Amino acid sequence: MARHMLMEAAARDWAVPIEEIRTDNGMLLHPPFGKAARYGAFAALASTLPAPDPATLKLKVPSEFRLIGKTSHLPRVDSRAKCNGTAVFGMDIRESGMLTAVIRKAPRFGGKVRTFDASRALEVPGVVSVRQIDTGVAVYATGTWAAIQGREALDVTWDESEAETRSTADIFAVFRTVAGKPGLIAAERGDVEQAFRDADRIIEAEFTFPYVAHAAMEPLCGFIAWDGVSVKARYGCQMHTFDQRQLARLFNLPVEKVEIENVYAGGSFGRRIDLGNEVLGPDFAADMAAAAEGIGPGQGVKVMWTREDDITGGWYRPMILHRMRAAIKDGRLSAWHDRIVGHSFGVDSVLRARMPSGADALMVEGAANMLYGVGNFLCDAHIVRDKVPTSSLRSVGSTHTGYAVERFIDKVLEALGQDPVEGRIALLGGAPKEVGVLKAVAQAAGWSGPMVGNGRARGIAVGRAFSTSVAQIAEVSIEPDGTPRVHKVWCAVDCGMAVNPDVIKAQIEGGTGYGLGIALFGQIDLKDGRVVQSNFHDYRVLRHEEMPEIEVIIVPSSAAPTGVGELGVPMIGPAVANALARLGWSDAALQLPLHPSSARL
Amino acid sequence: MASDIRQTERFAFTLNGREVTFEGDPSMPLLWFLRDTLALTGTKFGCGVAMCGACTVHVDGAATRSCVLPVDAVRGMSVTTIEGVADTAVGRAVQEAWVDLNVVQCGYCQSGQIMSASALLSDKHAPTDADIDAAMSGNICRCATYLRIKAAIHQAAKALG
Repeated sequence: MARHMLMEAAARDWAVPIEEIRTDNGMLLHPPFGKAARYGAFAALASTLPAPDPATLKLKVPSEFRLIGKTSHLPRVDSRAKCNGTAVFGMDIRESGMLTAVIRKAPRFGGKVRTFDASRALEVPGVVSVRQIDTGVAVYATGTWAAIQGREALDVTWDESEAETRSTADIFAVFRTVAGKPGLIAAERGDVEQAFRDADRIIEAEFTFPYVAHAAMEPLCGFIAWDGVSVKARYGCQMHTFDQRQLARLFNLPVEKVEIENVYAGGSFGRRIDLGNEVLGPDFAADMAAAAEGIGPGQGVKVMWTREDDITGGWYRPMILHRMRAAIKDGRLSAWHDRIVGHSFGVDSVLRARMPSGADALMVEGAANMLYGVGNFLCDAHIVRDKVPTSSLRSVGSTHTGYAVERFIDKVLEALGQDPVEGRIALLGGAPKEVGVLKAVAQAAGWSGPMVGNGRARGIAVGRAFSTSVAQIAEVSIEPDGTPRVHKVWCAVDCGMAVNPDVIKAQIEGGTGYGLGIALFGQIDLKDGRVVQSNFHDYRVLRHEEMPEIEVIIVPSSAAPTGVGELGVPMIGPAVANALARLGWSDAALQLPLHPSSARL
Repeated sequence: MASDIRQTERFAFTLNGREVTFEGDPSMPLLWFLRDTLALTGTKFGCGVAMCGACTVHVDGAATRSCVLPVDAVRGMSVTTIEGVADTAVGRAVQEAWVDLNVVQCGYCQSGQIMSASALLSDKHAPTDADIDAAMSGNICRCATYLRIKAAIHQAAKALG
């Protein structure tokens, strides 16, 4: 449509028929008169023209595509700068006269500053000021090292009368109690109670999901300048509109007085979305605002989190419980009940206005709309409000619903003596895309059942989120020390028309690695309200030698393109677990994270 | 303890082929001298405890985590950062392979990955997958670009002959 409007603008300006205008590589051309101009030259005029009816436009057919669907050997525009050290991330911002601030926060969520003694901190060379701010006690220094040293020398006593003092096991025990009662109904079909009464056999399972930290490679950081009447912030931000509104509210300024300049972010995975949760407390936008207000107008501040701040600082993927029941009647799946209990990162956040009442849509996605055809179906859910701040993690609800649904269906199919691929296909009558990716991945892997000999087994999982469908097969063995070893992963993707196949492959490879790390190791624990883990030595993430070989199969499609950033993540966990189940792991051993050294909920 | 008296020291070392002078608390990690004082921000802060590799530099050719290395330890030595690694044939080949295979995603860890990879290739001209796993295990990539890193190391090795 934009191209047509640019052509129309050029036709008017050059006084030629639009039919004689050609386009090529960002240029408008009129060969008969030798006219040529870049698209930009006519952007202003084109913007004043009425938009044509889309139905009247003639689109290229796929055989005419020059870039779409072709794996480009051109480098990404950001590659070179990210390979020679010149790319500027939030952490790298240097502004004239800037101070660097780190913030000491309460060691328990919900704690508040009672008193503090800055005298030793102020003796650290380079420390300029120490102030109590809305989100803790800020140490301002001329450099990062001084700020960090100053914070270590800071003495703070905390008011923990309102703080979370329980351990994760205590918090989770409440989930199990709540799970005994019906929740808010997310989806319901048929007569589930009757189907369970009539069942020949009932299969049950409980799946527990710990808190998970995003652990983006670059800890949160950002530069903020406030002059009393306007704010300029420079940082890697995932949701600018959310932050602009929050900063406007925090500084009591109109939104147009808040400018956010985005720079490269060293990963986010959801963590660089500040959800503006007024119940769970301030997040990073509020840290920046509080640090700027603490030192006063006219002083630019770079606010930095350390890795310890990141791992202990909350905003985790919520802890979640799934209680699943399946009814079997005459050798067929006749009913499915998934009861979910967990924290909600949405209901008290800026997303609140968009969330309908009832079950939390972001908690039940992938479960309430699971794709297997079963006549009697119930998904209900409870929200447990607590003090541990939680947020969205890459692939959102599917981080847990993908595992619960795909591990459970595999258990049901095994109980029915059905093949994991054929059994799924038989239940996916209403989901042709998922049948397509299952067939594609089974063919690529040469699937002939889960047992492949040599101490190895294969597990499969399939799902859809953000309108993209994936199926993964993981080939797994168990090391002598009991650690699962994932040798190879096949992943078939249907994301509509594949615009840039190399980027799709990169996202699936990386998403699979991210999801595998979480499945194997991802767990944050609280002991007496304090976060146990603190850095990469005890919050393990996937490393080089743990990355499996990955083969990505892109299913041909002419449908509109859909996203590929999320769907590498959620299916690898259940695919690996389904293989481990065939290698003899019990339901208890298959609770996440899978690494045998982890403490389970 | 932070309140201990810090003595300021002054000494020189070689950085990316040129002599630089350090003056200050010699216990400060090299990382912060590079980033905050010299504005060489290509070397990244990721963990501060030598567990992620984002801060990797070469000290006399060896891959070293600058976030825990007191600047005192490089007195009189030769340090190379991501900003200087292209001065060697190995560094250039590694960077070219990274660009050619579209390794980067967020890119934050890649300075450290490239520094570890170029140290490996200076040491072993045709590393095996196992050599790569061993040499690169300390470099975390949260985008999990590990497969392309491995492919790029092999490609750079081939290009270097």
